[in-house]
Amino acid sequence: MVLPTMPKKVMLSNPKIQETITASRISVAEISHNYGERRALNQLSFEVRPAEIFGLLGPNGGGKTTLFRLLSTLLPLQTGSATIADYDLATQAKQIRNLIGVTFQSPSLDGKLTVQENLKHQAHLYGISGAAMWNRIENALQHLGLTDRKHDLADSLSGGLKRRVEIAKGLLHAPQVLLLDEPSTGLDPGARHDLWKYLKQLQQQDGVTILITTHLMEEAEHCDRLGILHLGELVAVGTPDELRASVGGDCLTIHSENLDMLYEKMTEKFGVAPQIVNHSLRLEHPRGHEFLKDLIDAFPELVSSVSLGKPTLEDVFIHETGHQFWQQEQTL
Amino acid sequence: MNQPTSTLPLPPIGPVKRFLLPVFTLAQREIVRFLRQRTRVTGALVQPILFWILFGAGLRGSFKPPEWAASGMTYQEYFFPGVTVMILMFTAIFSTISIIEDRKEGFLQGVLVSPIPRISIVLGKLLGGTILAVLQAVLFIFLGPLLKIVGLAPDFQTGITLASLIPLILFLFLLGFSLTALGYLIAWPMESTQGFHAIMSVFLMPMWLLSGSFFPAAESGWLSWIIRANPLTYGVTGLRRILAPESSLTSAPGNPSMIVCLTVTTLVCIIYVTIAVWMTQRRSTRNAR
Repeated sequence: MVLPTMPKKVMLSNPKIQETITASRISVAEISHNYGERRALNQLSFEVRPAEIFGLLGPNGGGKTTLFRLLSTLLPLQTGSATIADYDLATQAKQIRNLIGVTFQSPSLDGKLTVQENLKHQAHLYGISGAAMWNRIENALQHLGLTDRKHDLADSLSGGLKRRVEIAKGLLHAPQVLLLDEPSTGLDPGARHDLWKYLKQLQQQDGVTILITTHLMEEAEHCDRLGILHLGELVAVGTPDELRASVGGDCLTIHSENLDMLYEKMTEKFGVAPQIVNHSLRLEHPRGHEFLKDLIDAFPELVSSVSLGKPTLEDVFIHETGHQFWQQEQTL
Repeated sequence: MNQPTSTLPLPPIGPVKRFLLPVFTLAQREIVRFLRQRTRVTGALVQPILFWILFGAGLRGSFKPPEWAASGMTYQEYFFPGVTVMILMFTAIFSTISIIEDRKEGFLQGVLVSPIPRISIVLGKLLGGTILAVLQAVLFIFLGPLLKIVGLAPDFQTGITLASLIPLILFLFLLGFSLTALGYLIAWPMESTQGFHAIMSVFLMPMWLLSGSFFPAAESGWLSWIIRANPLTYGVTGLRRILAPESSLTSAPGNPSMIVCLTVTTLVCIIYVTIAVWMTQRRSTRNAR
């Protein structure tokens, strides 16, 4: 391997120490991206810290995959700049490719080859061969529960198994930075649980920095920090707790036969401004249970059902964007 | 699932290995894939052989050997190098169609995000396709003339001796590499395999037909100029010279000398490969899908 020379920072022999003096592993500054007329990303900026699991949460079509492709060196940068481990994405793609592991949303497997053959070619692409390669392949197969399927053709595997092979591929060269695009698509709950256990282990034991895109709320909960991506813009960044706290108080979702009238009367009587989301009224209130009682007392005829709860990440999304999370996808 | 992620330390890799290992691994993948798809193996070999037998029988009466050839040459004998080039072309071209499949199925993405030099991606693909093409062509050169036993080929000598075997394989390799590179150039920007088939019938087949493989070039006229301008003509003629018994062919405007054939074929090959590497190097929206 040609040892990459570190720009700006001093090269240290122990990569762990290197990490501690580096402020961020991934740094994105004012990235925009257009596909012809359509703007996919708009002025995106964020930082991913060393050994952090950073999640990009957003509905499909929000720009996650575009960002993922930019960071994995597939797409050329149009405007803005980005660095991964202090290497410039625009000019030092080769150094970046050396230290990132990439797991694609659509598996990049060769279906005509066996699981083991797929991994072997992958290892060779990263300059790993011989005993070290077989050792790593065995390790990866074992970790992802694929050992007894290693001689099966990739085409014969189920979607979930293919995904596991894809993840094994991305990890084979022990990358310092792992990019995962919707990694748990097609995984059953058990496998998803195992995957997260494994990712946390990589993070804690090997100090791997992980950037993950997801449209699943429960998966976002596992991340150390989250960026919420909506229509190409980063609408909020923070830990899941911070984001929930930003909503404030409790969340009420109110269904009614006559939504417009209820809306008017509520604003008139209580001076609140509920959002209309997917044929229901949505409201954040610092003391939700008291407000709920007042509401029912005031308009017993108009309210058909109310749900009350602590804010979820979905509430954060609605709070920030005024849209229900799934709305985009439904209209597609 | 609970074992530590310990791994053996990696031995350092030199620049040569860094360059060659991906070339060999991608070439090996190409060959394994090809052999697992039986229809491809037969398709690229059987159609040219059928052409050789059928056209050989059909055009036997109307064929007049060109002046530079031995007088008693039959059409099938004339057509023999042309069919060999067709086998090379079909195998080479079909193995590059897999670029389109690789792109669709996602395999290409995985290769593109790996740190290997882009030239290794190109050379790996071309090496795999070329090895397959040369193997099929050699198979035909040795087995084709045996069809005379069942009366499907005339009795003729290929002029292959132990001494000319090495030049033959080297030349087939050069020509196969060049044709695979041409296929790469066509397949890289393609969205679908259907598009490739269209190119095949409007560009590649005419290129082959007008290379002196199917009929000899006339002394003059527009057709002779097209044939002389076609780089594949020099591949076909070069192969004809290696396959023919010594000194049975003279040099003529329609039959360039070996040195010209070698020079043109090599130059064209270098040009194709250079463009292919340049195309692969660009980061573009097309590469991500």
